[in-house]
Amino acid sequence: MTSSPMGAIDLGSIEPDDALATYRELCRLRRFEDKVYQLFLKGELPGTVHQYQGQEAVAVGVCQALESGDWITSTHRPHGHAIAKGVSMRAALAELYGKATGCCGGKGGSMHLGDPEVGMVPAIAIVAGGVSIVSGMGLAFKLQRTGQVAACFFGEGATNEGAFHEGVNFAAVQRLPIVYVCENNLYGASTPYHATTLVPEVAERAAAYGIPAVSVDGMNPLAVREATAVARARAAAGDGPTLIEAKTYRFAGHSRGDAKKYRTRDEEEQWKGLDPIDRMITAICARDPQASAALALIDEQVAAEIDDAVEFARSSPDPEVGDAFTDAYAEPFAMPSMAGTSAVAP
Amino acid sequence: MSQERRLSIGEAIREAIAEEMERDERVFLIGEDIGIPGGFGGAFGVYLGLPERFGHERIIDTPISEKAIAGAAVGAAIMGMRPIPDLQYADFVYECMDEIVNQAAKLRYMSGGKLKVPLVLRLPVGTANRGAQHGQSPESAFIHVPGLKVVCPSDAYHAKGIMKSAIRDDDPVLVFEHKLLYGSKGRESAGGMDLTAHVPVEEYLFPIGKAVVKRPGSSVTIVATHLTLYRCLAAAEELAAEGIECEVIDPISLLPMDMDTIYTSLDKTGRLVIAHEDTFTGGWGAEVAARVAGERLQALRAPILRIAAHDVPLPVAPVLEQAVVPTQARIVQQVRSLVAANVKG
Repeated sequence: MTSSPMGAIDLGSIEPDDALATYRELCRLRRFEDKVYQLFLKGELPGTVHQYQGQEAVAVGVCQALESGDWITSTHRPHGHAIAKGVSMRAALAELYGKATGCCGGKGGSMHLGDPEVGMVPAIAIVAGGVSIVSGMGLAFKLQRTGQVAACFFGEGATNEGAFHEGVNFAAVQRLPIVYVCENNLYGASTPYHATTLVPEVAERAAAYGIPAVSVDGMNPLAVREATAVARARAAAGDGPTLIEAKTYRFAGHSRGDAKKYRTRDEEEQWKGLDPIDRMITAICARDPQASAALALIDEQVAAEIDDAVEFARSSPDPEVGDAFTDAYAEPFAMPSMAGTSAVAP
Repeated sequence: MSQERRLSIGEAIREAIAEEMERDERVFLIGEDIGIPGGFGGAFGVYLGLPERFGHERIIDTPISEKAIAGAAVGAAIMGMRPIPDLQYADFVYECMDEIVNQAAKLRYMSGGKLKVPLVLRLPVGTANRGAQHGQSPESAFIHVPGLKVVCPSDAYHAKGIMKSAIRDDDPVLVFEHKLLYGSKGRESAGGMDLTAHVPVEEYLFPIGKAVVKRPGSSVTIVATHLTLYRCLAAAEELAAEGIECEVIDPISLLPMDMDTIYTSLDKTGRLVIAHEDTFTGGWGAEVAARVAGERLQALRAPILRIAAHDVPLPVAPVLEQAVVPTQARIVQQVRSLVAANVKG
């Protein structure tokens, strides 16, 4: 953990409302995931979940620095990215329930959470899958001269995929408007990064592609936001992509049922000492000792938003069975497997 | 005068792409060696002249990075563009199976219909003494992927029409083209047949999902694509002299496939042959055979015959290569045996 900057978050010159809004976003992501975990254990959610607790500062910091027309790509761990980019808790949770009101109509689920309506490609659950696709998004923005930028989230494990090498190299030589955001949470599932890679800092890899990189405290939303703002401005100016390595940690296991025996409790405690929510509370209260009432109000509002989303998702209808057969193509054609069956033809 | 205009498939595809680029500024080309000044115009020269006409912003040369090419096409497509990625040889599509199978084919569905992925991936197939890694015909693998469309044009008229339809289609379309059919070099392989076709100057489209009857006949239905289609047509001439009249169908689209045209023919002939250069086991011919067995068994008066490349990698030596792929002689011999071995009627 020697390379992870520690200590207090410096609020610098940000406005009190901005600090509170950042705290609210962190809490929305954290409490959403805590609720999802409970609902999953109750058996209310189908499939599996990969949770984001601990890494909230990255999604919040990045999305705060993006413009509303910008896009993101995400990973198998997308809940935080989705909420931070603007998918409503209702639409996100309904999707996790597999309901018709979910942001992908129940066809995406946890690992493909996302909504083009808020600038998020449904999460791509193939490691580094987003890295090859985001080049094309950047290419489209460049050809269309829209000034939009795409931010691409991935983990440190993705940087050992071939797609990472091909995608970043191509985007670099084309000077595409992309911000690469590597969430280095130290483990690819159970495997430590250092057991897979001799380059100690992911950011060092950018030199191989001739693009700038920065390594930031991924447990500090303001540090992430600042780095993203610089990278976004560079991308929008036509100067090409930047690699941001956000050093972070997932408090949860890789997926459901992960007992985390590959990590020490000491290591976990050290990183919990950097909990972005606790650090924001400390920083806000240090500047304004009266702020605790405002923080408590935010906590209440976030709790209410989550309760509303749970009620909405639970009471939403399942998709119609026939919906399974739509959206494979723009215009469905007769499927030979349905000849002589009672299945619902499109 | 336009009645007499004959083009090769390569020329027809170039014309289709140029017309669509003229018509729709969202259409662009991306791939290896496609627009480099002094270069090849793509591995088979199909893009020659296009960079001068449309500029390098719309004809984008890339590193040798198939995943980057296919991924860029998918990403641009979901952001409103209409890319035509190029990988040179179809064999190289295995370098970017994730981008094609996991991304292009599924993003519309995963997003609940909120995204679309309009891209056209051109894939040159077919053995031409190029061996195991530059001669495969992998089209059958992709009819197993819901979300893709798969077409195999074999003549210039239909190649141009279906290429234009593919570029306008809102779903990813894989266009498999046979290397020996691009120009005149394949003429000998096709039994000396003229591989050019009449292509009108006037604009037209040919729809995805429609087969054409290339030769009428009453004894046996042959469904074949690419170079094998021409060998079947040559074989049909040979068999006609023996009184065996072959009805030869070019399916053109493998996904979706026009089964009605095949069934109509089969109701008349009662015998089915499927011939392709892709390997035998799990080839698209197996899918046709299974559908006919399931839905049209009563029309059959003989076993279904599949003529395909034998299940080995492709060798280079011409004598070995022709032992593996369907030749005119093999087609004649196997069809003759089929007709002789009636099980009923």
